[in-house]
Amino acid sequence: MSRYLAIVPAYNESASVATVVSELHAYAPDFDVLVIDDGSTDDTSDRARSAGAAVLRHPYNLGIGGAVQSGYMYAAERGYDIAVQVDGDGQHDPRCLGELLAHLRAHPELDMVTGSRFLAADGDGFRSSAPRRLGIRIFAGVLSRIVGQRVTDPTSGLRMSGPRGIDLFARDYPHDYPEVEAVLLMHAHQLTSVEVPVRMRERTGGVSSINSTRSVYYMIKVLLAVFVGLFRARPTVRAGEPAPVAAEHGI
Amino acid sequence: MDVSRLQLLAIIVTAGLFVIVFELVRQRRLMERYALLWLFASAVLLALSVWRGALEELATAVGIFYAPSALFAVAFGFVLVLLLHFSLVISRLAEQTKILAQRVGLLQHEVDVLRSRLGEAEAGAGPSERSESELTSSR
Repeated sequence: MSRYLAIVPAYNESASVATVVSELHAYAPDFDVLVIDDGSTDDTSDRARSAGAAVLRHPYNLGIGGAVQSGYMYAAERGYDIAVQVDGDGQHDPRCLGELLAHLRAHPELDMVTGSRFLAADGDGFRSSAPRRLGIRIFAGVLSRIVGQRVTDPTSGLRMSGPRGIDLFARDYPHDYPEVEAVLLMHAHQLTSVEVPVRMRERTGGVSSINSTRSVYYMIKVLLAVFVGLFRARPTVRAGEPAPVAAEHGI
Repeated sequence: MDVSRLQLLAIIVTAGLFVIVFELVRQRRLMERYALLWLFASAVLLALSVWRGALEELATAVGIFYAPSALFAVAFGFVLVLLLHFSLVISRLAEQTKILAQRVGLLQHEVDVLRSRLGEAEAGAGPSERSESELTSSR
């Protein structure tokens, strides 16, 4: 029987994490739930545990990329067939996991499906600020051109991967701007992914890691990272290649 | 104005720096987050050494008579910023390493306690359970 894992990265999400876990249990009962407590200073891990999730605690904050990668490492080590990322702030509706799963299982050639809030017929479920939408559209345009396929929601954190995606992300996951760079990583590794329309909600608690004043600086950094990523000699680490952090010194 | 030997040297050195930093990022030996400052610094220095007019304007604006000295002043400013940046990074890394060591210490203690409890349980129980516990401890 196939095994499914829901990876929930949470950093100081005490207010919402228990709801997310119980909604996952209620609406996506086939999925085991793993909460990654990324060095929270509140009682996020206690609340997640008492809601019935497995909890992996980082000794200090690594950032969203490190947190999600820990989840993929867990999935790879425990032999899960499918893993899905669900944000701990409650903006992803666990009711749509069924659709994503059905799509992934109906198309065995796909390695990843991403939930896009901009493909949905009624985009009413989620309202983001105008500059943020503009930023997302710029990323979407740049990425669509690079990967040669329409990408509408490059910052979506709702993505479901099969065994090849799990294996890749467990070995190599971008640290700094994981959502945008993961799209490039899939492309560089010639894994196939597709977007599926979903509705997203307002976050139910906590604060977003990206606020509006810093988003311009964030955008410049991400575009630079995307640009440098295009020229990478070794876009990803394949089995048998030197480790990403090799014991090699000097210039 | 013809290109002086000093200017040529400055262009070669700053261009070399830019290429080295870019290449290190490309080979994934230098993370983007630490490379941005380097790329910015070497790009500015390269621009100033190629575009001599801007350098001379900058020199007169701050009262430096010999324009190439202004290039050294700018480079020195970047070196200071980079060093401060490294001090910040090192401080964070030191803090994280300390937390890791403390966590490992606590985990080691936990393992020791569990192991001695396992030993007690093994001594109390019959030999039938032994093979299973040996398997666990050898892992």
